[in-house]
Amino acid sequence: MVTLLYFARLREALGSDRERLELPTGVADVAGLLSLLRARGGAWEKELAPQRNFRVAVNQDMADGATPVTAGDEVALFPPVTGG
Amino acid sequence: MSVRVQKEDFDLGAEILRLRRNNPKIGAVASFIGVCRDINDGDAVKTLTLEHYPGMTEKSIQNIIDQACTRWDLYDVLVIHRVGTLLPTDQIVLVVVTSSHRGEAFAACEFVMDYLKTRAPFWKKEDISGGGRWVDARESDDAAASRWEH
Repeated sequence: MVTLLYFARLREALGSDRERLELPTGVADVAGLLSLLRARGGAWEKELAPQRNFRVAVNQDMADGATPVTAGDEVALFPPVTGG
Repeated sequence: MSVRVQKEDFDLGAEILRLRRNNPKIGAVASFIGVCRDINDGDAVKTLTLEHYPGMTEKSIQNIIDQACTRWDLYDVLVIHRVGTLLPTDQIVLVVVTSSHRGEAFAACEFVMDYLKTRAPFWKKEDISGGGRWVDARESDDAAASRWEH
């Protein structure tokens, strides 16, 4: 299982702030996980489309498509940051 | 070196006193306070709500402070960032840097703010007439942060 966290505008658009997900065989990195989420269609497909501007963190470190994802990881999806 | 993410307001004078206490080697204190404005992109802002990613936010600010301490000779860096709902004129963020000389204190303070703006996971939502609006990231903030990458 991995824990997925959604923040800010993405949290609202996806209607979820967190979920637990069983990684299917063959999903081993961020790119694979995003494909899995996009396949849900609707807001998932729209908000997580490759041309959309969002960030991914794995275990609280910034990640990219090639970052490995394995059971027990915490994966967060969020818009570009706007603090300060 | 410390990082605090909190709902409560902060007191610049009290924080500086704490940092300077018992350290006669400090010759410079630079600080920055970010404040909530009542207008953004031409619209009146009623409230500003800040969301963060507990854990990663603190960790990423600590990482920024560590980088500052590698680049400059500093005694201390303090970052306080507020979350929750704020009103125009409210304080949002505080950075205080102490060092022997002003050049390092000024530079490190600006560096920490520039990196915080583009790397620390906070998100702002404005309440304007007509509803809520998530604040978009600005390219000028990315440009400010990239100045330090050399």
